[in-house]
Amino acid sequence: MATVSLSNIRKSYGALEVVKGVDLQIRDREFLVLVGPSGCGKTTLLRMIAGLETITAGDLLIDGRRVNDVEPDARGLAMVFQSYALYPHMTVAGNMGFALRMAGTPKAERDAKVKDAARILQLEPYLDRKPGQLSGGQRQRVAIGRAIVRSPKVFLFDEPLSNLDAALRMQMRIELARLHRELDATMIYVTHDQVEAMTLADRIVVVNGGRIEQIGAPMDIYLHPATTFVAGFIGAPKMNLLAGRLKQAGSAAAAVVLDDGTTLPIGRPVPLAENESVTLGIRPEALSVAADGPLAGRVTVVEHLGGETLTHVEIGSRRLVTVKTAETAPAGVDEQVRLRPDPARLHLFGPDGRAVAELPTSTKAA
Amino acid sequence: MERSPTQRLVAAIVGWSLALVMFFPIFWMILTAFKTEPQAIASPPVFFFEPTLRNFQVVLDRANYLHFFMNSVIVSVGSTLLALLVGLPAAYALAFYPGRRAKDLLVWMLSTKMMPAVGVLVPIYLMFKATGLLDSHIGLVVLYMLTNLPIVVWMLFTFFRDVPREILEAARLDGAKPLRQFLFLLLPLTAPGIASTALLSIILAWNEAFWSINLTVSNATPLTAFIASFSSPQGLFWAKLSAASLLAIGPILVFGWLTQRQLVRGLTFGAVK
Repeated sequence: MATVSLSNIRKSYGALEVVKGVDLQIRDREFLVLVGPSGCGKTTLLRMIAGLETITAGDLLIDGRRVNDVEPDARGLAMVFQSYALYPHMTVAGNMGFALRMAGTPKAERDAKVKDAARILQLEPYLDRKPGQLSGGQRQRVAIGRAIVRSPKVFLFDEPLSNLDAALRMQMRIELARLHRELDATMIYVTHDQVEAMTLADRIVVVNGGRIEQIGAPMDIYLHPATTFVAGFIGAPKMNLLAGRLKQAGSAAAAVVLDDGTTLPIGRPVPLAENESVTLGIRPEALSVAADGPLAGRVTVVEHLGGETLTHVEIGSRRLVTVKTAETAPAGVDEQVRLRPDPARLHLFGPDGRAVAELPTSTKAA
Repeated sequence: MERSPTQRLVAAIVGWSLALVMFFPIFWMILTAFKTEPQAIASPPVFFFEPTLRNFQVVLDRANYLHFFMNSVIVSVGSTLLALLVGLPAAYALAFYPGRRAKDLLVWMLSTKMMPAVGVLVPIYLMFKATGLLDSHIGLVVLYMLTNLPIVVWMLFTFFRDVPREILEAARLDGAKPLRQFLFLLLPLTAPGIASTALLSIILAWNEAFWSINLTVSNATPLTAFIASFSSPQGLFWAKLSAASLLAIGPILVFGWLTQRQLVRGLTFGAVK
């Protein structure tokens, strides 16, 4: 259906630059998720693609055509807003058919398309209702229906699930995934929720401070975070990041020595200078309690989530690490424990916060 | 916040007292309109008397009430329509495409209402004289439009500002150009606000007396000038003056009463949402 290409896209408000040169190729029929903390520029990026914000510099191409100065409605896009932005005085059918009405589509054809979209979204019984008479989830579906009816080349979603409660969010997530398969359309989706990003995306783009931190398939990003930011942002609970200094870098005995003197062996040579300050990343599920583990600490909090348990352990100088285990907690609150990281699943980041290449390949562990 | 019974009682007493004080002149005018002239100036004032319609008869005999009434309708409705015609696009631009000085512009517009009208009487009079607008409908319509425009723009601006931006953005993506966004979305969404703005503008124009008395003689005289014509020449005849006043404010009072729900709803439109 459509490709979208961004090259060196920038956005400034006066002297303040919020998008700082983004290069991104969105493939045909791809479900691309832009994820990042609030204020990182992801929504601005989406709004520039939509045509709701002017592009300060760079080129935006849809299907190879430069559309920087093309009106939003002429770009062949449809957008689903965070607040749904339904027209409150129109019926569901009126909302969904509005774009076609503006385009002068004959009523019969309009009705047929609205009916079709309503069927896909199970909205048929509500076509004559006003948005105010619908539940949050139904309104969300109407907003999606309004987008579908236009048969756009590209769907844009701006945090569409953030106003729904947890259960509904999960249900809509599954529906969106189904919809993507059914419609076979290119979709660009903005969210701050890394679970949505992980579950929906073909590829995730992690945005931070107006720049792209990393682009990749969800599991690729999870297993090989390119920076400490991505490592900390993708994955719940967060990856444990421990700062230390590199010792015996060139040898197989390379290790990270934490501030408190704890030595964590890495198990293979690292292409960095001796004594370099580095950050060691360990996913909570890559830590286990072991009598001879190198990390010693005291359990402060145990969180039972049902299927899994999170144990927060204070090690050294008030630093917390999280251990994720199946149902039972490995230790009780206030108990002293020793932890051992899985050496095959260690992430090492250099002084610039970027992942150090040639680490133990985590794919093998996956 | 929960109020105690005492607080509620005090609030009720204060509220009713204020309402009575405000209503008393109107009540007294109505009462006086049905008195004879001696009863009207009697001291102490009479509350119980045999009502008479004689004042109305005299007043209607002496002046063509319908002429004044029609002038009032033409001038207040005309000026309101014109104010909306100018005010709607102005408020739209200020609310959705504000320049850097939009706020200053709004404050400046309102500040023109702080000037006493009499301060510009001479220049306005001369301008009207030079352009042949004295004692004309179009003159009053334009003048009332201009005097009410700041309030009209301010009210419409606040109603427009309450419309979520994303709705208009969605419409933009749906292919609605500004004029269609205005017709299909803004107009229906802010209809209660626009209606109450129009009602207020009509009421203000209907009750305006300073300019109508000074700039009209016979042709375009609205009801406020009708009242004034009973106040001076032969000394004060309170009963006839009251009858004339009652005839003048009667229509707008009924109009205001019929539309009060709409008026209040519009004025609190943004507040309760």
